[in-house]
Amino acid sequence: MARAVTTRHKTIATAAAWIAALLIFFPILYTIITSFKSEQEAIQGFSLIPSGTLESYSEVQAQSGYFKFFLNSVILSVGSTVLALVVAVPAAWSMAFSPTRRTKDILMWMLSTKMMPAVAVLFPIYLIFRDTGLLDSRIGLTIMLMLINLPIVVWMLYTYFREIPGEILEAARMDGASLWNEIIHVLTPMAVPGIASTMLLNIILAWNEAFWTIRLTTTDAAPLTAFISSFSSPQGLFWAKLSAASTLAIAPILIMGWFSQKQLVRGLTFGAVK
Amino acid sequence: MKLRALVLGLCSASALAFAAHAESITIATVNNGDMVRMQKLTDDFTKKNPDIQLNWVTLEENVLRERVTTDIATKGGQYDVMTIGTYEVPIWAKQNWLLPLDKLGDDYDTKDIIPAIAGGLSVDGKLYAAPFYGESSFVMYRKDLMDKAGLKMPDAPTWDFIKQAADKMTDRANGVNGVCLRGKAGWGENMAFLTAMSNSFGARWFDENWKPQFDQPEWKNTLQFYVDLMKADGPEGASSNGFNENLALFQQGKCGMWIDATVAASFVSDPKNSKVADKVGYALAPDNGLGKRGNWLWAWSLAIPAGTKKADAAEKFVSWATSKGYLDLVASKEGWANVPPGTRTSLYNNAEYQKAAPFAKMTLDSINAADPTHPTVKPVPYVGVQFVAIPEFQGLGTTVGQLFSAALAGQSSVDDALKQAQDAATAAMTEGGYIK
Repeated sequence: MARAVTTRHKTIATAAAWIAALLIFFPILYTIITSFKSEQEAIQGFSLIPSGTLESYSEVQAQSGYFKFFLNSVILSVGSTVLALVVAVPAAWSMAFSPTRRTKDILMWMLSTKMMPAVAVLFPIYLIFRDTGLLDSRIGLTIMLMLINLPIVVWMLYTYFREIPGEILEAARMDGASLWNEIIHVLTPMAVPGIASTMLLNIILAWNEAFWTIRLTTTDAAPLTAFISSFSSPQGLFWAKLSAASTLAIAPILIMGWFSQKQLVRGLTFGAVK
Repeated sequence: MKLRALVLGLCSASALAFAAHAESITIATVNNGDMVRMQKLTDDFTKKNPDIQLNWVTLEENVLRERVTTDIATKGGQYDVMTIGTYEVPIWAKQNWLLPLDKLGDDYDTKDIIPAIAGGLSVDGKLYAAPFYGESSFVMYRKDLMDKAGLKMPDAPTWDFIKQAADKMTDRANGVNGVCLRGKAGWGENMAFLTAMSNSFGARWFDENWKPQFDQPEWKNTLQFYVDLMKADGPEGASSNGFNENLALFQQGKCGMWIDATVAASFVSDPKNSKVADKVGYALAPDNGLGKRGNWLWAWSLAIPAGTKKADAAEKFVSWATSKGYLDLVASKEGWANVPPGTRTSLYNNAEYQKAAPFAKMTLDSINAADPTHPTVKPVPYVGVQFVAIPEFQGLGTTVGQLFSAALAGQSSVDDALKQAQDAATAAMTEGGYIK
């Protein structure tokens, strides 16, 4: 009896999970379906069966040159992630293994910077970028993306590092390992799942960032978020083209997420249950 | 092989040398059919001006407005040519943010620009932006449904006629709504329509002393008429409908009438995208017999920010894109029906254009019927037909738009919406120092 109830519960829970997942994924699925419709089909109401035309994709490519934006997205998301790790690994190390009375406060302060609306600092940041010649530059935007995601990266790494027994690091120190060797050769290999999932999450966050990437770029450094924005129109129906542009923009990150989902889930639940 | 490598090397070197000498200008623009077409035709410009390269930045309208405002206010110098509207030009020109366009060339023929449009883009007699395309608003209606209702649309209808026709055309069982109007909140969405409509009811945003006027009977008449009309004959969920949503409804045959931008005429009459392309008639925006019609005036225009270091190249481009020659170029490549409308008088005297665009005369009449300096019946201290050309209007217009959209959705009464609009406008005007 108990087994029957458990099986029924499991079935219901699985069905509910599937329904919830489909509901969440449906807007993305419908965007992909719409991208294979003609503009006329796109406005004709709800339909899950497209005619399969590639017209929108060819027009989007002809109009905007996808690959330039794609390349910028790759450079900015990977560049900012690498830069963030370079800063965050030592920071998280010191907070996890040499905490002081103020460590918790510092962590909270770092997180609090994420609570401020970005638009509040638009003008100061814009002026700094203007005066330093960083407007519409990949370097400037890489630094910006690194800074806005840094609190999350430090927090995630701090959580993972705390799971690693400090005694192992002490043993390495006893064996004469320098600080550099301790971080690179002892800590990092043990924290690889955590670092990898932090890296993947940061790449996704940087890829999707649409406030600063649109406002601090014009042509040279504009990534895929600017590419999508260029197909939105208040006068005129370009839903199929907009859907094609969106599909092209999310496809790389969706594929990357699909292939690395095990790593992501493993990293995100690392140490969740003790 | 060596020879081939040498030739390739020389070609690359000369290309690099050329690129180093070419001046590149950055143009910020919006994504609409006419602007996209211009980007495709720029070969003509670069052939005539091989020393100028063009970089395009296309953005969604609100993002473009925000980005361009940030850049121009901070003198960021990111753009050399900007696409802006009739709302921004008078405000920015007064701030000295724009360069006057006085070197457009001998054959540019500034006097050919439609006077109502030129007036909206000039300050103290100087042109600060060149119109790329201009638009007003008018009535688009289904001739077949009008016949079925036993009515004939006059060239210049009244609001009472629109109400009568909408009542008769509404057939909700068959998915036909008598009238589709904007309801989505925003200063450029429902407030563009409602402000223009209020002019024909004799309402105004402010009196001569900048005192808000939402507590006056003219605004009550406007909003009550709009809400009643839409409740009786409008589509379901109208408070979420803007230009694009209504365009989709009309193209699918779900609207008897639609009062909106004249630029929509080319979309609804396009058989590729519209089910009712051969059944559309046009009429002037309605009035109430008070001497003003409910139509607006807008022109997407090219302007040069004062911070540019490439003013000469930028002005050459502006001159090319807004010239008579450009209209001829579009006509030769894509046909007269695709020429950007509403900027030059000579276009409307062109027999070929009149033949290709059956809505041409009505568009010109609608543009000419709008007067940005005297938009409504009573005198006003501001410029603008469907907006008030003051910096505070974007925020205030959207706030009032949200209140009116809520009234349309039935979340508040007309009286409550007007009272809150009056309070919001009074607060904004006091804060801005217009009133004490």
